[in-house]
Amino acid sequence: MKRGLLVPVLTVAGFAFLYLPIISLIVFSFNESRLVTVWTGFSLRWYAELFQDSQIVSAAILSLQIAAVSATIATVLGTLAGLALTRFGRFRGRTAFAGMVSAPLVMPEVITGLSLLLLFVAMEAAFGWPSGRGFTTIVIAHSTFCMAYVTVVVRSRLLDMDKSLDEAAMDLGATPVRVFFDITLPIISPALISGWLLAFTLSLDDLVIASFVTGPGASTLPIVIFSKIRLGVSPDVNALATIIIGIVAIGVVGATLVGMRRRPRG
Amino acid sequence: MSSLAEPPRRVWTFIAERLGRWGINGRVAVLLAPTLWLVVFFVLPLLVVFKIALSAFAMGRPPYLPMFEWGADESLSITLHFSNFLFLLRDTLYVNAYVNSVRIAAISTVMALLIAFPMAWYIARSDEKYRNLLLMLVILPFWTSFLLRVYAWMGFLGRNGVINNVLMSLGIIDQPLTMLQTEGAVFVGIVYTYLPFMVLPLYTTLVKLDQNLIEASSDLGAKPFTTFWTIILPLSMPGIIAGSMLVFIPAIGEFVIPALLGGAETLMIGRVLWDEFFSNRDWPVASAVAIVMLVILLVPILLLNHAQNAVVEKDA
Repeated sequence: MKRGLLVPVLTVAGFAFLYLPIISLIVFSFNESRLVTVWTGFSLRWYAELFQDSQIVSAAILSLQIAAVSATIATVLGTLAGLALTRFGRFRGRTAFAGMVSAPLVMPEVITGLSLLLLFVAMEAAFGWPSGRGFTTIVIAHSTFCMAYVTVVVRSRLLDMDKSLDEAAMDLGATPVRVFFDITLPIISPALISGWLLAFTLSLDDLVIASFVTGPGASTLPIVIFSKIRLGVSPDVNALATIIIGIVAIGVVGATLVGMRRRPRG
Repeated sequence: MSSLAEPPRRVWTFIAERLGRWGINGRVAVLLAPTLWLVVFFVLPLLVVFKIALSAFAMGRPPYLPMFEWGADESLSITLHFSNFLFLLRDTLYVNAYVNSVRIAAISTVMALLIAFPMAWYIARSDEKYRNLLLMLVILPFWTSFLLRVYAWMGFLGRNGVINNVLMSLGIIDQPLTMLQTEGAVFVGIVYTYLPFMVLPLYTTLVKLDQNLIEASSDLGAKPFTTFWTIILPLSMPGIIAGSMLVFIPAIGEFVIPALLGGAETLMIGRVLWDEFFSNRDWPVASAVAIVMLVILLVPILLLNHAQNAVVEKDA
């Protein structure tokens, strides 16, 4: 009996550990007081203040733009890399290519950020491009590390996919390009969407790499949040966090429910 | 008539031929785009770091001396400075930071493993209907902002934080405990942030574990602990190694967690690199710190690669 209860109790404790801090963060975003830990009464004042804070609003817009562009570049490059790794057989240099594609996954953020900044500085000195740092350099940096994640997602979908469909189309005389656009792409499109969303989220969330490669005037949302919370907790950040968590939770739960409903039908 | 029908067919074969030829070129293009991108924006930057780590620090912009220089007699002189690496070895600050990072990452990894194993086991053994839901609950926090999840712990552990308030209102303590800006808070932050990375590979190996082996073991009279130690643990080793490395590797270079939850004395190498770069503006030393960090990570990365291949092989 004791043994039967131990694992469920530990599991519940594990989930509590995962969710209690987030729940308390959300609850105190509706708190009236400036103290984020003593409940004084329900209020939406921090949400109102958040939207009046032009620094946060413009940083959020910048971050959304960077995330959209980076996720798109990362999805295109990651899909190409995933295709090469699953459909090209054993070509020369495959091991090196596979290693290079997945290496950014294990690279510490501080090193990715530092190395790209040093590259951008050296390139600017040599060719005059990129002149200064900001939107473009952050997009390049984010595309590079997000691409590795997209490759993982697309690659596993391509491995699961029934290869005989591709081969049948090929046997019927379709060119590789047509096979890709008519057969492969529609089948792997869910993976492209989740890869894009993953890249978008990772870009939106990145503090360390963006801090290295950004320039004056291009403060992303995490950079602004970090400079705020470094000094201590502040309730408008709680409000912002609640909005972000709400959007993400709806998105992920929705996607999972759609996926669950689709699965039994095949 | 046939002369009329012919041109379109010829056009079609021409296009098909062209596309066919393009398909072969397309193969090259498919490979070339990601390769070029990664060579320029991933491999090249690391070489630049290496180069600058071997350059001397100088006041100015950029703050290092060139490695290659044309002398007056048109001879190329290459100056390599190993002084940055020697500097790291001599100064106890850096050695301590490396040792501390490895220690903190290792302890956090073990803590994450102890918390994740029962969760992964429970999910793998639960009804198939609920598995996806439970897995989603594990992954969900990962999708929400990492920075904000660390921030959530600031509100939880602070002097006026939720834990202190609850304990004080229950009368268990009468002075608030100092939990924020301690090493303990860094452990909590790392375990909390990377727990999903531990649960998922563990789940993947545990869900494939043959239930018959466990039943056979207990039928033959093995105690639960013996079954766990001799059957379950060895068979889930690939998942344990993969999960551990997925926590250990990012924890080594972590910056945000020690910066927000750790105290001034919680030295971790990611934070040292950050300060070296942003506060001291010493790019050569920051680069040398990065190179040594990569060397330390080499063995864990190879271990991870090995474990992941083992998991994939089992699938096939």
